[in-house]
Amino acid sequence: MKDHNHILHNVDQDGIDRRGFLKCMAWAGTGVLWTVSGGVLVSKTLAQIAKAGGLPTATDLSFLQISDSHIGFSKDANKDVTETFRIALDRINAMRTPPSFLIHTGDITQLSRPEEFDTFDQLVKSCRTKDVFYVPGEHDVLNDGGKLYRDRYLKTVDAKGSGWYSFNKNGVHFVGLVNVLNLEAGGLGQLGDDQLQWLEADLKGLGADTPIVVFAHIPLWTVYPQWGWGTSDSERALGFLKRFGSVTVLNGHIHQVLQKVEGNITFHTAMSTAFPQPAPGTAPSPGPMKVPAEKLRSMLGLTSVQYKQGNTALAVVDSNLS
Amino acid sequence: MNIPTMITLTPKNRLAALLFGLISLNLLLVVRANEMAITSVITKENKIEIKDFMFNPPTITVKSGEKITWINRDEEPHTVVSVGKKFQKSSALDTDQQFTITAGAPGTYEYFCSVHPKMTGTIIVEK
Repeated sequence: MKDHNHILHNVDQDGIDRRGFLKCMAWAGTGVLWTVSGGVLVSKTLAQIAKAGGLPTATDLSFLQISDSHIGFSKDANKDVTETFRIALDRINAMRTPPSFLIHTGDITQLSRPEEFDTFDQLVKSCRTKDVFYVPGEHDVLNDGGKLYRDRYLKTVDAKGSGWYSFNKNGVHFVGLVNVLNLEAGGLGQLGDDQLQWLEADLKGLGADTPIVVFAHIPLWTVYPQWGWGTSDSERALGFLKRFGSVTVLNGHIHQVLQKVEGNITFHTAMSTAFPQPAPGTAPSPGPMKVPAEKLRSMLGLTSVQYKQGNTALAVVDSNLS
Repeated sequence: MNIPTMITLTPKNRLAALLFGLISLNLLLVVRANEMAITSVITKENKIEIKDFMFNPPTITVKSGEKITWINRDEEPHTVVSVGKKFQKSSALDTDQQFTITAGAPGTYEYFCSVHPKMTGTIIVEK
């Protein structure tokens, strides 16, 4: 059997090949059991990870992704989304090492109503972690092109255009993108030319060894186009990201954990705190999935991301609310 | 309608009666036809149901001036937005909410849901 502990294909001259990258991912997967389903890597939940030996303890940066809180939704799939969001915040507050900040990957509300945003703002105040970075979901920009959302959630960032921005934390470059506005008939999510030009310029000055985290609501990889689960011009964005040794793409929108590794780019979608959605193609539509009450919280959750300097990949760990 | 029944029909008045009868019948038919036309404009339901992230029927043919109503039967909000802004767009329709427009000039109108742009539909307006 061949020894593969050396770089086989150093295409980008960055000291990392695909196999090397996957080996780096092994630390990220401490306790994370990766399974391949239809070409998609699926990570297991925190409870399963705990059984398998726990998380790495010393990290240089940890942050948390919450998504799809859908405040205002009150149908059968979950009649009390406020309560499940509160449970998610309690989980964050109970963490031994609190995350440095939160990222909310959109669909804060169900119907973009001011009172729904108010309820969310009131709830999120109870979180010990105060810094929250947002990108909008299509539910947050329903009637006003996102004005209300932008007025509330972009105060601490230098946002451009319809609300995209970037920032740096502990040597990691974060990029928040908007792909839920100006959508075209028959199409998918969309970034648009202005945002793509900005992204290219934003990344230009960065060294290839800078870890990059990109977050947006709709997946930036084509999960299931029949249900609109993809972004029509994401390939152009990924083209700008290819040269980097470590890129983590965090999305929401599909209310379930899916993961895919493509070169040095790890794509990951988070659970919702409100209601699950069906696996691609397993239902007539992607509408809210009704599950027995006792099962609901096992299908809602959070995503924790940890970065340790010197490690190429970021550890992405999902935990449910049960 | 009241038809005189106790008239003796002579050849002369038989013709008059026949003419009278024919005219009456015609009038009746015209009135009836008009009633039906008016009734159809008021009550003809051009309904499009939004269910399972689809517009049903996806293509609808209506006459100019008729109303078209969408009703959202999903738990997800949807919108009705004209491609090329040819008619007024709806606000986000929550479950069981409706949106009505009156069909304008004859032509083919494409529309979609701006929240889920994979959802598309067509309105064909005839004269």
